[in-house]
Amino acid sequence: MSKQAQHWEKTRGLLMVTLAIWFVFSIGIFLFGAEMNNATGPFGYPLTYWFTCQGSLGIFVILIFWFANRQEKIDEEFGFSERGDD
Amino acid sequence: MKGNFIDNLPKVYGIYTGGFLAFIIIMAIGEQMGMTSKAIGICFVAFTVAIYAIIGWLSRTAQADAYYVAGRQVPTVFNGMATAADWMSGASFVAMAGGIYFKGYGYMALLVGWTGGYVLVATLLAPYLRKFGCYTVPDFIGTRYGGNLTRFLAVVVLTVASFTYVTAQINATGTIASVALDIPFQYAVYVGLVSILLCSMLGGMRGVTWTQVAQYIVLIIAYLLPVFWISNKMGAGFFPHFMLADEVARIGELEQQFGFIKNSAGDLANVPKGLAGITKAHSAVNATPWAFISLALAMMMGTASLPHVMMRYFTTPSVKAARKSVGWSLFFIFLLYSSAPMLATLSKLSLIDPSLPTGIIGKSIADVQAIDWYQNWNQANLMFVSDFNGNGTLELNEFFMGGKAVVLATPEIAGLPYVISGLVAAGGMAAAMSTADGLILAIANAISHDVYYKIIDPKAETAKRLVVARVLLVVIGFAGATIAAMEIQGILGSVIWAFDFAMSGLFFPLVLGVWWKRANREGAIAGMALGLISGMGYLIWVRNGGSGFLGITQLTFGIFGSAVSLVSMVVVSLITSEPNAATQRMVDEVRVPSGRSIIGKQ
Repeated sequence: MSKQAQHWEKTRGLLMVTLAIWFVFSIGIFLFGAEMNNATGPFGYPLTYWFTCQGSLGIFVILIFWFANRQEKIDEEFGFSERGDD
Repeated sequence: MKGNFIDNLPKVYGIYTGGFLAFIIIMAIGEQMGMTSKAIGICFVAFTVAIYAIIGWLSRTAQADAYYVAGRQVPTVFNGMATAADWMSGASFVAMAGGIYFKGYGYMALLVGWTGGYVLVATLLAPYLRKFGCYTVPDFIGTRYGGNLTRFLAVVVLTVASFTYVTAQINATGTIASVALDIPFQYAVYVGLVSILLCSMLGGMRGVTWTQVAQYIVLIIAYLLPVFWISNKMGAGFFPHFMLADEVARIGELEQQFGFIKNSAGDLANVPKGLAGITKAHSAVNATPWAFISLALAMMMGTASLPHVMMRYFTTPSVKAARKSVGWSLFFIFLLYSSAPMLATLSKLSLIDPSLPTGIIGKSIADVQAIDWYQNWNQANLMFVSDFNGNGTLELNEFFMGGKAVVLATPEIAGLPYVISGLVAAGGMAAAMSTADGLILAIANAISHDVYYKIIDPKAETAKRLVVARVLLVVIGFAGATIAAMEIQGILGSVIWAFDFAMSGLFFPLVLGVWWKRANREGAIAGMALGLISGMGYLIWVRNGGSGFLGITQLTFGIFGSAVSLVSMVVVSLITSEPNAATQRMVDEVRVPSGRSIIGKQ
C-alpha cells in the first residue's frame, strides 16, 4: 500500500472515532434525556440539563482540539505535515 | 508594515480591549455625574461603530487575495474570534436566552446543534477546503465536479440560505439602532446597513476579519459582564456557571407551587403580539427524544454547510491551522452559549421568586404596574400583565414578556446601572453587524467570483473584478435592508430556515466531494438541485397546512431535503460514469495536508 493510502486509512480511522464520540454526546445521550435528568450531574444540576447547558458543548470543544492534535501526529508520521507554525 | 501588523495582533487588540473597558468606566462616571440614559446609549453605539469603520478603512485593499481570503495569514486564535463573531448573530445574542427562558429543554437542542456542528466542520470539511485553496464555497464545488452548472447551482443554494439569514441580521441592527439612536425603524435599518458596509466595502474579507475580532471583544464583554454582575448582586454565586444548581432547583419548586395554568383563547387575545408567558418547565425534559434530536441534527448539518462560516477557514495560513482554528472558534462560542442558560435562570428566578425583592409574582397587579422598569418595558411592548382571574394578584400565567427582554431588561430589573444597558445595546449591534457582514460578503463574493469572473468574463482584470464585487456588496446589502424594513418574518425562525436550506442543498455535495471519490458532476447536480427543491417544497407544504411526516417540522425540513440530496447524489453518480483521472488525482491531493493548494497549481 502506498504511503498516501496508509495515511488516508489512518485519517479515516480517526474520523470514525471522532464522529462516534460526537454522536454519543450530540444524539446518543438525548435518546435517554428524560431518564438521565433524574440523576444529579456536575455542580448539582440535573444531568440532562447540564449536558445541554455545558457538558456536550464543552466536550465538543475538547474533542476538536484532541482531533486536531491526533491528525497532526498522523500527518507527521507520513511526512505530510506542513512547515511553519501557526 | 503588513507582517508587522500580524505580529503585533495581541498587542493591538489588547490595547483595544483596554480602551473599551476604559470607555465603559468613563460612561459609568458620566452616568453618576448626570448623563442621560439616551446620551449613554448613543455614545455606546456611535463609538463602537466608529471604531469598526476605522478598522474597515485601514484594511482597504486592491488585491484579490486580500479581498477574498484576507491574504491567508490570519492566526488561529484570531480567526477563532472572528468566526465566533461571524457565527453569533443578533439572534444568538438577543434571542437565545429568551428562547431558553420560555421553551426550556426543547429549545436547548439549538445550543447542542449550533456547537456540535463544528465537530463536523473540523473533521469533514474545513481542512480539506483550506487545502483546496478556493476563494468561495461554490469555487470548491465548481472545481471538484467541473462545469459551470455545478458552480451556478452552488451559488443558488448559497444565495437562498444566506439571504434568508441576512435579512434577519439587518433587521436586528435596525431594531437596536432605532432604540439606541431614537429614530424610526425604517430609517434605522439603513443606518445599520451603512455601518455594516463600512466594515466590508473597502477591505473585503480582510476588513471583515479585523472588524469581526473587534466585534467579538465587544459582544463577549457585553454578554458576560451583566451575567456575572447579576449573579453576584442576587447572591447566587460569584461564578454563575458552576453555582446556580440551587437556583435551578428553586425554579422547579416554584413551578410546582404555581402550576402551569392554561389561559383561555379569549384571555390570550388581549396579550400583545410577540409576548409569551412561562408555560414550560425550566430544567425538566419536556420534548420527545426525536423532536430534540432532529432539531439538533438539522442545526449541526446546517452549520457544516453554511458558506459564511466555511469561508472563514480559507483565511488561515495552513491546513493544520484551519483545524485548530475550528477548535478556537467553538471555544469562543462556548463562552457565550454556556452563559445564556445561566442568564435565563437568573432572569426567571429574579422575576418569579416572591422571596426576592425583584420578584413580581404574588404581588398585587397595581403594585407591579407602578414599578418603573415595568412601565418602561411595557411601553417598549416587551412586558405585559393582566388580571385574568380578577383576584388582584399577579399569577404566573398572567405575566407576559418578549423573548428579547431576557437579555435587554434583566440588567435593569436586577438594578444594574444604565451603563450596562448601553453596553448590551453595543454588544447586540456588534453581534448582528458581524454576522450580516459575513453573509453579505459570502453572497457578493460568490456572485462576483463564481458567476462573473469564472462564468461570464474569465479574462476580467483584478481591478475590474473587485469593482464588481463591491457594487454587488452594496446592491445585496440594500436588497436585504429593503426586505428587512418590511418586517415580514421573525428573527429566529428565518435563521433556522437558513440552516435547513444550506443543508438541503450543500451538505452532501460538499462532504462527498472530499470523502467519496466516485461522486461525479451529474450526481452533484442532482444532489444540489433535488435537495434544495425538495426541502423548499416540504417547507411550503407544511406552511400551507400540510401534515408533514416522521415528525419533520418547518424548523427541521432540511432533514428531508438532505436525505433526498444524499440518495439522488449517490444513485445518479453510480449510474453515470466515474469522474476522470485528473479529478480523482485532485481528490487524492486534497486529502494530503502538505504541498501547494489545488487551485494555486492550476
